[in-house]
Amino acid sequence: MAGRLNLWRWVVLGLAALYFLVPLAASVVFTVDVPGEGVTFDAYTQIVSADGFTSSLVLSLELAAATIAVVLLLMVPAMVALRLGAPRLRPVVEVICSLPLVVPPIAFVAGIATVLKWGPDYLSRTPLFQTFVAIQNPSFPFILVLAYVVMALPFVYRALDSGLRAIDVKTLVEAARSCGANWPQALVRTVLPNLRGALLNASFLTLALVLGEFTVAQLLGFQPFAVWIYSVGGSNAQLSVAVSVLSLVVTWALLLTLAGVGGRDKTASSRG
Amino acid sequence: MTATLTRADVVAAASSKRRRRVPSWIAVVPLLVFVGVAFGVPAVAMLNGAFTVKNQTTGATSYSTANLTESLKGAYLTALIGSVKLSALAGALGTLLGLPLAQVVVTSRFRALREAVLTASGVLANFGGVPLAFAFVATLGNAGVLTTHLGLKDKGWDLYSFWGLVLVYLYFLIPLMVLTITPALEGLRTQWREAAQNNGATGVQYWRHVALPVLAPSLLGGFVLLFGSAFAAYATAAAMVGSSIPLITLQIADAISGNVLVGQENVALAMSLDMVLVAGLVMAVYLPLQRRSARWLDA
Repeated sequence: MAGRLNLWRWVVLGLAALYFLVPLAASVVFTVDVPGEGVTFDAYTQIVSADGFTSSLVLSLELAAATIAVVLLLMVPAMVALRLGAPRLRPVVEVICSLPLVVPPIAFVAGIATVLKWGPDYLSRTPLFQTFVAIQNPSFPFILVLAYVVMALPFVYRALDSGLRAIDVKTLVEAARSCGANWPQALVRTVLPNLRGALLNASFLTLALVLGEFTVAQLLGFQPFAVWIYSVGGSNAQLSVAVSVLSLVVTWALLLTLAGVGGRDKTASSRG
Repeated sequence: MTATLTRADVVAAASSKRRRRVPSWIAVVPLLVFVGVAFGVPAVAMLNGAFTVKNQTTGATSYSTANLTESLKGAYLTALIGSVKLSALAGALGTLLGLPLAQVVVTSRFRALREAVLTASGVLANFGGVPLAFAFVATLGNAGVLTTHLGLKDKGWDLYSFWGLVLVYLYFLIPLMVLTITPALEGLRTQWREAAQNNGATGVQYWRHVALPVLAPSLLGGFVLLFGSAFAAYATAAAMVGSSIPLITLQIADAISGNVLVGQENVALAMSLDMVLVAGLVMAVYLPLQRRSARWLDA
């Protein structure tokens, strides 16, 4: 019985490892072993100098930073306030933050594209038109930040909610207040440090979402990182696969870092 | 950018300063306003466009369900059915293959293995999109490493097909299933298995009469989640097959980027509405199931 169980274990794990590792290994082989050229690391050395690599990566990182800032500025005060009072609003906010799950990105971008067309169609003589032009500035398309914040809401809500669940916000704030702290001090110096793990988690999820996002950016005609990889794929297969492999490695490293920080956070809180 | 940031800042700061006199829901207002503008306006625009028909000759617009009927006909219907078929099949396979993997991992004695698989699942479940498509093209595409080394092409293998897409989708669906079902598997008490064994049940009987009924809501919920995830996927398919496989996401993208006849934009919006309805149905099934399984696990 035990022997059969162990065999089953190894078969399942072996097949899973085969399925999940072979594409990664084959991708590396594909980039390194070029037909007719032998083993070469050109694909990797080319990446940095490739046309559009730096600008698209920088754009993606800027978008990610802006999205994280906006989503946390909107969500943290709202979620903390909901814990302190207004219990009837709690289900409302939960539903609102889950709504983006019901609208697939492609449907969402179809709606956004329609709204953006109103600009030239109806608003060209109003001051609002300038806003429409400004948020579609290709060097920093703020419209993408708006879309990404909406798409990140469900993840950020869940991360912050589980973080807030673990601490007693009301007691913390009352303690801080009776020690003479004003409201901003109470929020920034007592609540936020206790939410460190949740804030990091929310930021990481948002970062991963923005770095990998393709649908909205491509259909609105902007070129952040994922769209750039796609456009390179047509002309230089080796290069695009090399970038794909690298982007997975980077995501992995980020997640492991987060797991490390989160793990430390847990032990710290259990001690304290 | 600065306008939005400062507004949010000011309202947040003001609300925290004056909270003694001002109720705490003030801090929620910026969030509601933002969602209303960034999500509500496009959503309403989509609804409005889906029901608006423009007369090509007079330019007059009127409300009707013509776009919706059109979106359920011909090539559009084929694409919708193609998407549903692909998502149902990939979702079912993902559920069936994810369950044994999660079970092996959960019951493993090695903590490191568990942590590694769960962390990897977290990464891979989000590893959709363009990089995934390219990794598979490099592996099993026409010039892929395995295709050329194993001579798969002569054996009739084609990655750019329905089954090719299923194979690629499983790469992020199986990890998603592992993540979804792990809490439910952890909720299966050892005592239940021992009780079944003491009463003379075999392993198969234990699974058939105890474990699977307890897991059923989670399994169904997981399947629905996988279905929704595959249904909404666009980047992977776009980077891999272009539009050679009829999928609703590819059709919508074609219509938005103006690759088809003028005047089809509103049909694209109607198709988007179809997708929202399907996704809404998915959530309507998933949320009650998740609550049901949560009740079991908390007990």
